[in-house]
Amino acid sequence: MKPTRRPPPQAEHGSIVFRALGWLLLAAVVVAPIASGNGYLLTIAIFIGIHAIIAIGLGLLMGYAGQVSLGHAAFYGLGAYTTAILTTKAGIPPLGAMAAGIVLTAVVAVLLGAPTLRLHGHYLAMFTLGLGIIVQIIFNQARGLTGGFGGLMGIPPLGVGYWQLDTKPEFYIAVIAVLTVTILLANNLVHSRIGRALRALHESELAAALSGVDVARYKLLVFVISAMLASVAGSLYAHLLRFVSPDPFGFAFSVELLIMVVAGGARSVWGPVAGAALLTILGEVIAKTGEQIPWVADLDVILFGAVLTAVVIFLPQGLISLTSRLRRRSPTAPSTV
Amino acid sequence: MSLLELSSVTAAYEGLLALKGISLHANEGEITALLGANGAGKSTTLNVICGLVTAQSGRVCFAGEDITNIRADQVVGKGLTQVPEGRLLFGELTVQDNLLLGAYSRMSRRSRQQIQQDLEEVCELFPVLAEAAHRRADTLSGGQQQMLAIGRAMMSAPRMLLLDEPSVGLAPKAANEVFAKIKALCQRGTSILLVEQNVAAALKIADRGYVLEVGQIVLEGTAEELLANRDVQRAYLGKDYEEV
Repeated sequence: MKPTRRPPPQAEHGSIVFRALGWLLLAAVVVAPIASGNGYLLTIAIFIGIHAIIAIGLGLLMGYAGQVSLGHAAFYGLGAYTTAILTTKAGIPPLGAMAAGIVLTAVVAVLLGAPTLRLHGHYLAMFTLGLGIIVQIIFNQARGLTGGFGGLMGIPPLGVGYWQLDTKPEFYIAVIAVLTVTILLANNLVHSRIGRALRALHESELAAALSGVDVARYKLLVFVISAMLASVAGSLYAHLLRFVSPDPFGFAFSVELLIMVVAGGARSVWGPVAGAALLTILGEVIAKTGEQIPWVADLDVILFGAVLTAVVIFLPQGLISLTSRLRRRSPTAPSTV
Repeated sequence: MSLLELSSVTAAYEGLLALKGISLHANEGEITALLGANGAGKSTTLNVICGLVTAQSGRVCFAGEDITNIRADQVVGKGLTQVPEGRLLFGELTVQDNLLLGAYSRMSRRSRQQIQQDLEEVCELFPVLAEAAHRRADTLSGGQQQMLAIGRAMMSAPRMLLLDEPSVGLAPKAANEVFAKIKALCQRGTSILLVEQNVAAALKIADRGYVLEVGQIVLEGTAEELLANRDVQRAYLGKDYEEV
């Protein structure tokens, strides 16, 4: 046999049209919040971007390395608080603080992941659950450093020297830039030699090891990458609101992140982005409705649970699998077997 | 010349002593069979060699090098690859991707060209894999899956292949085909350590063999010697003592 690439699908023409339409639609969605000139819409779009950055990392961990983190909000919080503390108390410039957050999170992830990821099973889920609780306690109790329940105010805008991103559209563009880089990196990782190893170990750790894959090392690598991405998102969050408090970084948000990944589709890079958009918008709709009808505000957990259940039943590969279904059904594309 | 050598290896599974001091050797260019009933410690022996189960004492040497308790992926790098029981294919991936993953340990070291050449060789040896190159591995039949599992292991260019129950779950015809391929692999220069419950079929292609019982080696000899042994005949070949 001549080793070959997978034969191109017969639906090539339809597929190209579909792709072009998809990219156009995506571009429109990305530009719309700025074009609308609506600050509220822009804020939601920024949050979608920030959540998507974390969700992509968590998706790599869940969909490719087959591990679950129940404490990703803690890494998000570590990034946010490192930025907050270093910029307000030590006067370190934003990018330096962001880098420090990344390093700190990576170190915590290595310390946590190195011993647990050598074991078979879902020990990482337990350990990250514990981390989430510990980090919450620190945020709440280390008042001198973190400001306790009240949090930290006065975080400067993101920027380098004279170039400050102090308007929302500017900040939005920065978040989209970071998100784009994240997507490109994740895509590269998934399609590299490492990605192939990850897919193998997701299917069978034993078989991957017997094929020469250092299973523990790759699981750790993905875990650390996903923690670092959460930290970047945390720093962006801190610069967006210019204020941090412990609340957004608790267990509830860790679970929300899991739902984003599963609902969007963990086995693709775009899946978590879709999931982040869905949950962020849904959360905002519930919060807004809750302002009028107070009891609706308490429905978020139930609604998120319902979304998760519906997706698992009807779209087990996540929302993103809808795109391939549409592609197959699009009239220009002849059906393939 | 002995390629793989175990001396006084002991190992435990969940506190239970599964290997009670196993010593054996497998020669280069030969098929060595490891026989015995369920729970005798055959798979544990393979797993200790491959670094999947920790040896509590004793030594595992491969090509003169001590490889006791090194990591599973490092063992592959040394030229010793296991085809696990139950095949453990990457079911969602294509046949070709499964084969390429087999070459994972040497992708950084050797050129793509060499790996592609090996891919062609493996497909020559198992034509069925070439035909099914772009099919998902879990759509293959049992016999084809076993061929793929062996092919995947061959992609690591091993000096010795460890096969764990390659005939399990296969129809007699498919099993015979697998045994014929194993023989062919050995003739092409890959040494083989074969764990099998199908004692008759294993001894037909093997050069030497060992019989394990509850974690100990109770018999060793050439395939002919073992086939002629009355205990082996009675216990594993279904022949009555009086008949012989």
